[in-house]
Amino acid sequence: MMFRAAVLTLFLSAAPVLAQTLPIDPVAPPPASTTTTADQGGLSVTVSDTSDWQDLGIDIPAFATDADKPTTASAGSTGPLGRAIAEVITADLRNNGLFKPVGPGALPAISYGEVKAPAFDAWSARGAVMLVQGSVSVGDDGGLAVSCNLFDVGLKQQLAGKSWSFAPQEWRRAAHKCADMAYARLSGENPFFDSRIAYIAETGPKNHRMKRLAIMDSDGANHRFLTTGQAMALTPRYSPDYKSILYLSYLDGSPRIFVYDLASNTQRLVTATHNPTFAPRWSPDGKWILYSMAISGNTNIYRIPSTGGRSEQLTSTPGISIGGSYSPDGTRIVFESDRSGSQQVYVMNADGTDQHRISFFGGKAATPEWSPRGDQIAFTRIAGNLRIAVMTPQGQGLRYLTDSWQDEAPTWAPNGRIIQFFRTEQGSGKASIWQVDLTGRNERRLPTPVDASDPAWGPVRQ
Amino acid sequence: MTQRSFRPALAVLLAGAAALAGCASKAPPQLPPEPGPAVAPAAETSPTLQGPAPGSAADFLAFVMGADTIHFDYDKFDVNPADMPTLQKQAQWLAKYPGKHATLEGHCDERGTRDYNLALGEKRANAAKNYLVSLGVDPSRLATVSYGKERPIDPASTPEAWAKNRRAVTVVID
Repeated sequence: MMFRAAVLTLFLSAAPVLAQTLPIDPVAPPPASTTTTADQGGLSVTVSDTSDWQDLGIDIPAFATDADKPTTASAGSTGPLGRAIAEVITADLRNNGLFKPVGPGALPAISYGEVKAPAFDAWSARGAVMLVQGSVSVGDDGGLAVSCNLFDVGLKQQLAGKSWSFAPQEWRRAAHKCADMAYARLSGENPFFDSRIAYIAETGPKNHRMKRLAIMDSDGANHRFLTTGQAMALTPRYSPDYKSILYLSYLDGSPRIFVYDLASNTQRLVTATHNPTFAPRWSPDGKWILYSMAISGNTNIYRIPSTGGRSEQLTSTPGISIGGSYSPDGTRIVFESDRSGSQQVYVMNADGTDQHRISFFGGKAATPEWSPRGDQIAFTRIAGNLRIAVMTPQGQGLRYLTDSWQDEAPTWAPNGRIIQFFRTEQGSGKASIWQVDLTGRNERRLPTPVDASDPAWGPVRQ
Repeated sequence: MTQRSFRPALAVLLAGAAALAGCASKAPPQLPPEPGPAVAPAAETSPTLQGPAPGSAADFLAFVMGADTIHFDYDKFDVNPADMPTLQKQAQWLAKYPGKHATLEGHCDERGTRDYNLALGEKRANAAKNYLVSLGVDPSRLATVSYGKERPIDPASTPEAWAKNRRAVTVVID
């Protein structure tokens, strides 16, 4: 006991130094501004101002194990795996912006017996406010059993606790589930870390970009390219059950929409038509696919059962009506149309009735996306620059979330709190994926192997 | 030489003479056809070794003197009157080679959102196609493809570059 107190005192006195040695930050540093022409500079960097945030302190020591057994997880045997899990949780909570987490690199190890019975006094002495303690062990079937427990150190109380079984190669999901549990319990928001993102990976010169369909975890891990780049791929969307991806491909020389099946790595056409088709979307229950089709130059929105069948035309005005995003209850669709003379945002019932405009604030409004919480519509506001903005489904309360040369195509994190979009750099045209909180704070770049655009966020995984 | 060796030689001589008798200049039973009238070379397609093959995509570009592209104002898709002579020249070539097909490519500048630009590019391709059709080109010969903002011809981020990128290009299929 005395020895432990002495050790902890040592740690405490060294705490300010240790607290700075956080696990490697996976967020790429913001690119420096560069001037290309006499006109404008490069990317505008938004420094995230955390002064008014809760920045709730939360300590996450390495997960303990009953015995250091080998696993087929990429992070190794259960000992190092326990530390890797804690690091993923730390990164999730730090990138989110609401917390000031301290990760396993700066904390003492805990024993297996402590996992559900923390040494509260010792943690208090360290200055810990909230505490996550967990364990990882190997089951008889070789699978991983992971437990995750959240404690309020001051109240000496457990706030939440869960456990999961995962195959070893899915160990990161266990970490995201734990981060989700802590995040949801402490912020009151819905979880979102255990999710995946589909997007377009870009390389090559600006006048002939190679564009490949790609997928990754919400933190950029487990990255995978799905197409070779031989045919241009655009605007992907994960199905709500994560089994397929809708996307647009120029495989046969014209824009066609495919459903890519992730289990078999095969794809089928959504609709057999010689007309060009664009902007595929899923309904929240996965039962419908929206797509836009151009006939003799006029583009309108259609829906078709996701299992196949007859298409039903939803809009039929001259001009361009395109895109579409369902309300979370599936009863309404928000879309963009230039029927009034310029791109504006409209809402209609899911069967196409009662189409009415909601954007009346001058300039143009495009790419509307309904929040999974139903209370906001994110969209691209075009008034000179292209900026990410939100408004209510009635078109009120317009707020800008970003202020750069060209930000577009917002999609929502599954909890309706964070918006993901892509930013194009003036001149070079290089694209990258960024995220911003609904309050406009914590704007950060999502690291990707190469340039990236058209990000689409899937739901929380079951 | 004995008298016996003369006979084979004589037989060969006689056989040869008989064979030669078949090659006497006697008219064959059927005459070859009379040569037709002299064929004048086509006016536009003098088959020199340097010129492009008639009816080829290269020939089209030579005929229109490189003017395979028309341009559009920002966010617009109507054919500018200034571009009508360009399309008229294209229609002339297409009339000369009624078997040839062409694709109208529609393009946009980068200062717009991706989906809408795909649709706008399709509008521009269709506008060019409709004008050619109004000049007598059969619509079944003209396909349209939109590339939205994906294939700029000028990669700069300036109004001048954007004006060049808002275009419809007529591509003859070889």
